[in-house]
Amino acid sequence: MSLKQTPSQTIGPFFSYGLTPEQSNYPNLSSLSTNSLLTGSTIGEEIRLEGRIFDGAGDIVSDAMIEIWQTDAEGRYPDQQSSGKTNSNFSGFGRCDTGVDSQNKYIFETIKPGQIDTETAPHINVTIFMRGLLLHVFTRIYFSDEGRSNSADAVLSTVPFDRQKTLIAKKVAGVTPVTYVFDVFLQGENETVFFDI
Amino acid sequence: MLKSQFTARDWGSNPKYLSPSYKSTILRSPTKPLIPLKQTLSEITGPVFGHHSIKPLDNDLTQNGITDGREPLGERIIVSGKVIDEKGRPQRSTLIEIWQCNSAGRYIHSNDQHNAPLDPNFFGGGRCMTDENGYYKFYTIKPAAYPWGNHPNAWRPAHIHFSLFGPAYATRLITQSYFPGDPLLELDPIFMATPKSSRNLLIKQFSIGASEEGFALGYNFDFILRGPNATPMEN
Ligand SMILES: [Fe+3]
Repeated sequence: MSLKQTPSQTIGPFFSYGLTPEQSNYPNLSSLSTNSLLTGSTIGEEIRLEGRIFDGAGDIVSDAMIEIWQTDAEGRYPDQQSSGKTNSNFSGFGRCDTGVDSQNKYIFETIKPGQIDTETAPHINVTIFMRGLLLHVFTRIYFSDEGRSNSADAVLSTVPFDRQKTLIAKKVAGVTPVTYVFDVFLQGENETVFFDI
Repeated sequence: MLKSQFTARDWGSNPKYLSPSYKSTILRSPTKPLIPLKQTLSEITGPVFGHHSIKPLDNDLTQNGITDGREPLGERIIVSGKVIDEKGRPQRSTLIEIWQCNSAGRYIHSNDQHNAPLDPNFFGGGRCMTDENGYYKFYTIKPAAYPWGNHPNAWRPAHIHFSLFGPAYATRLITQSYFPGDPLLELDPIFMATPKSSRNLLIKQFSIGASEEGFALGYNFDFILRGPNATPMEN
């Protein structure tokens, strides 16, 4: 016999002081994870990942929490279930409150993830929560400069071709650190692909 | 260790993305069907939080916000229970985070414009890890109902927000837990967006056994997360 799963409910608009306290300027609690995954000893290519979340009216969402989960530069997750350990105590996990940035961008400082295997392109797993979302949505970020491995990716190939572009972060030319932009569209013509995982 | 995929999200137990009586869902719910993803290492692994990240008062909201030496106002309560998967297996060492308004119905968040008083000795955030047997416990102050702008004379029933990880990226859960017998429940579009057959899973149970004599009433609230599939993943 299986029990029913506890239903999800919206994160609401007031999560910051509990979930992203320090980055949102509520110093009552320390942050367990932040929008920087760099520890100083992290090995790999440092990148900046940023974007905005747009609702169905084209307005930028200023009260979302976005979480990322990724491998280290050598394609390993810091998890007991994965085959190896990561190379530098890399947590693989970050959180950002879109209410912090003056333009309501989410911004992560991290390293470019490696490749897990030949049919998995480098990618970052993304979970998004906000007022108005009764259940969180899952998506993935792939990279515009990984064309060859993207075309061999087993998940990306299940996405209709004309929607694959919604999952690909664009590399910005000529900036340091290397920056990728990934905007999320909750609705509309360019609606981001969300996965049922 | 065997790598298992997880059972599907229980769509019959969860609210739908679009629930028009909760107005914010209208412009924020995906309109295209979700694309099925066969779980990979990315979904069956998840972040690890050590017990060292939790400080002693993090699970005691009656103490962790004191700024002028006095305890927060309102009714002390204990909220405790266990985290299990669909087969009843305890989920140990999983992070639980909570946030809530105070006993007057006011959040410390700067965007909360409700003109009920703040309490200088209560901020309303906390966290803990489940123990070896999947149990957790919080001490807090009973939150109050508060008004919101969804429709005329709209009031959220008293609730505590909960965030849980479970063993994997796929098991992530954010939810709210309510109080038994609250007349606002059936008027609340967020609670009512949940299918009727699973609404009871969002309501705490009063427990005299979990109460501490002369100190605080106890409520029980359990969480049921997605569990491993029967078939291990080939790799
Ligand atoms: Fe709330």
